[in-house]
Amino acid sequence: MKLELIGITKRFGSLVANDSIDLVVEPGQVHSLLGENGAGKSTLMNVLYGLYDPTEGEIRVDDKPVTFRGPGDAMAAGIGMVHQHFMLVPVFTVAENVALGNEAVRGGGMLNLQETRTRIRRISDQYGFDVDPDAVVEDLPVGVQQRVEIIKALVRNAEVLILDEPTAVLTPKETDELLGIMAQLTADGKSIVFISHKLREVKAVSDVITVIRRGKVVGTADPSAPTTELASLMVGRSVSLTLDKKPATPGEVTFRVRDLTVQADNGQRVVDGLSFDVAEGEILAIAGVQGNGQTELTEAIMGLQDHVTGSITLGGNELVGRKVKDVIRAGVGFVPEDRSVEGLVGTFSVAENLILNRYDDAPFARGLSMSPSAVEKNADEKIAEFDVRTQSASAAAGTLSGGNQQKVVMAREFSRPLKLFIASQPTRGVDVGSIEFLHRRIVAERDGGTPVIIVSTELDEVLELADRIAVLYRGRLMGIVPGTVSRDVLGLMMAGMPADEALAQAHDVQGGNL
Amino acid sequence: MTPQDDRPVPPATDGGAPLTRRQAKDTARQDEVRLENAVETAGGELPPPAVPAPAGTAAAPESTLLQRIMTGNALVAFLSVVLSLILGGLLIALTDPNVARASSYFFGRPQDTLGAAWTAASGAYSALFQGSVFNVRGESFSQRIYPLTQTLTVATPLICAGLGVALAFRAGLFNIGAQGQILIGATFAGWVGFTLHLPAGIHLLLVILAGMVGGAVWAGLVGLLKARTGAHEVILTIMFNYIATNLVLYFLSTPAFQRPGSTNPISPQLDATALYPPLLGSAFRLHWGFVVAVLATVFVWWLLNRSTVGFELRAVGANASAARTAGVNVSRGYILAMAIAGALAGLAGVAQVSGTEKVLTSGVAASFGFDAITVALLGRSSPWGTFAAGILFGAFRAGGVAMQASTGTSIDIVLVVQSLIVLFIAAPPLVRALFRLPAPGAPRAGKGGTTTRTPASTGAAA
Repeated sequence: MKLELIGITKRFGSLVANDSIDLVVEPGQVHSLLGENGAGKSTLMNVLYGLYDPTEGEIRVDDKPVTFRGPGDAMAAGIGMVHQHFMLVPVFTVAENVALGNEAVRGGGMLNLQETRTRIRRISDQYGFDVDPDAVVEDLPVGVQQRVEIIKALVRNAEVLILDEPTAVLTPKETDELLGIMAQLTADGKSIVFISHKLREVKAVSDVITVIRRGKVVGTADPSAPTTELASLMVGRSVSLTLDKKPATPGEVTFRVRDLTVQADNGQRVVDGLSFDVAEGEILAIAGVQGNGQTELTEAIMGLQDHVTGSITLGGNELVGRKVKDVIRAGVGFVPEDRSVEGLVGTFSVAENLILNRYDDAPFARGLSMSPSAVEKNADEKIAEFDVRTQSASAAAGTLSGGNQQKVVMAREFSRPLKLFIASQPTRGVDVGSIEFLHRRIVAERDGGTPVIIVSTELDEVLELADRIAVLYRGRLMGIVPGTVSRDVLGLMMAGMPADEALAQAHDVQGGNL
Repeated sequence: MTPQDDRPVPPATDGGAPLTRRQAKDTARQDEVRLENAVETAGGELPPPAVPAPAGTAAAPESTLLQRIMTGNALVAFLSVVLSLILGGLLIALTDPNVARASSYFFGRPQDTLGAAWTAASGAYSALFQGSVFNVRGESFSQRIYPLTQTLTVATPLICAGLGVALAFRAGLFNIGAQGQILIGATFAGWVGFTLHLPAGIHLLLVILAGMVGGAVWAGLVGLLKARTGAHEVILTIMFNYIATNLVLYFLSTPAFQRPGSTNPISPQLDATALYPPLLGSAFRLHWGFVVAVLATVFVWWLLNRSTVGFELRAVGANASAARTAGVNVSRGYILAMAIAGALAGLAGVAQVSGTEKVLTSGVAASFGFDAITVALLGRSSPWGTFAAGILFGAFRAGGVAMQASTGTSIDIVLVVQSLIVLFIAAPPLVRALFRLPAPGAPRAGKGGTTTRTPASTGAAA
């Protein structure tokens, strides 16, 4: 099936989210859409999937113009979409999920799940999905859940599959498997629209790359084009993808974690016997697939976790058992992983968010009374210093773009003298331009002699910032390796292999290749 | 996130569980809103790209609903009142006997029916106005403004209790318990008022203090239970209302609360030293409790907008997890917010027992505690908004009596109008649709030909 988008324009009020975009997806192709957050990729896909009406332009399927009045029409035309957030009912089985909305029925409206099971098995065997139709979805690993989504689309005879940021939630191994599946699907004549901002994956898998910037197609690129070229196409100016970072000059070890164990409310050990040190003037990155104890580790340091045993010392002072406020007062700066949930109060003004954890300190408050002028002055300074793009200091923080929200959080944390800086997913959902800025600030903080801990699930970020890398797997430390280690080693460690084995195996593989 | 578990859980920040259809729809909407915002925040040569909410789009629906109700715009509140008055007028006309008579020959002479309807509605509303603001037929100045002072008298407990509800709202707590808090506050205040015999000044001060403590303890218990056990404050406050009602009935059946030699459920009159002095002389019922209500409004404004405590409470209410991460003690915030809310409701109890009623009965709180919720909603939980809404409701109540007396229109119509106001405020989209107002923060539909479809079937059939 050949899919064409011709001159698609989508306006929201005065904003042009898509500006006469042309796109042709040939059968058997992987067509990648590359662009920053907010470039208009998702809007375009929502148009294609019938969720939005295009303001102008038309969609053609096999040279015939079509209009989609909803996802149902799009699906009927052979377009399937795998959303970044899976649309699955967790307590249903795979078969039930696949049947939902497309139920095979016997006479009298009885569900015929057997029919669905058969179809799932057929597709599963054809592409080597290895999915059990009777497994309950919530028990499946993320990668398999994603395959269920793909099966859902295939059962409905999708010829064009839209994959929206499909690798964001996968381990490196699962990512490789997905790329394999994509190759099989295209070999079978299906075409795939692949949306991502991860340059490496896009290069690896694409037949054609279309780069979108600010709602416009700014060019198509060959998958063999150098990464820097793609990045500058995406951003619109040359970007230094490699951070200009001096080697670390680690000083005294002031932050120590010993035998740290965190138990979840159900008694499970989500952080299991961690011990590590961070010295002044170095960045320790904590890598791992999301959900392997990173969140709980940072929260334990901040005093946000309840069942913590072991010891965390900063400059000789024990932090375990202290209140959050005491930890902040002890000089710990913290950028939480989800700025909109933990980092900011969306309905508060930018100015208020800039003092969210200092509201009762001088000069912002005297006794119980707060000083609006001091709050305002601080806001003006920080907005200028961090180049926060906001209408005014009194604008609600929730109205800012992700990058600017993150700048507000960072500005707040860097606005007091720090003895330890922790940033969780510091650049998640942040545009490339801001990433550069935020990374430089983090490195500057390190160079100022602060111990820095970065938690990130993005290998690129980890490799760029880290002086040393600790990998967490199921709450346990797989080892700490130098920042110069190869991706393969990190990938193995993230999948649960201890550092020494991973180093040895990666070495073997390289040896074998030679 | 349980690493021991065999299933790597999807990232918590990405919503954890797969999105429901509704959430998917919200996400799509939000993207639009973000895009819109990006335009507005754009400045300089490089406009910030609109970043679709990467996370947290599936925020707690409860708090968003609460916030949506509480932060609806003033125009919607105003239009809700207007709309309710119009519907109330229709209801008055429909139930009027003259209208009913005229309607029997409606097709012969429709103007009779319409005229009678107009007379009924305008007569009733005019009586309502004269009974609550200014009596044009009054012979002296004091007779003419007497209705206004009545309005302010009735408004006093509404404002105090409304402030309590509003403050709790701002801290993210749905305080349905003002009724119970008023009752307990009035009981404490009343007991101090008729049992202790103290010099003027000190006695009243002690009565006020007792009322505030009573309300604060009653509501603080709810805060404590919520903070410690996670019990929901709506359930707790509703149940505490029942307990308070029956507790007061029980107290009034004991000799300590009854008049000597009587077994009626009515307390002795409060000492003169325990009463609020009249504000404008003895010709009016308006008492110093109204001044206390004004002071309470100023205090709540300061507390919410200018104090560190208010900053904490608002942060807890707007985003408890961000507040916790910023070092705010959320549990303490809940307890404190409820205690202050209860103290304010207690003030309403004092206004009743030591201002208007002068005795403690089981009906001392009337329905002020429930009306206070409406008042806080109408006032959009801002201190001065609540103050204004309190006066409006005071006027309804004071004027409703006069309306019934002079035109025979049932006072229940006023209750209908009040209830309609709440209905409209709780459903802002309804009012917006009726008056064709744009949704807040929504894309200016129409201009760009925007139509958002609900991806109703994505969840099922993607």
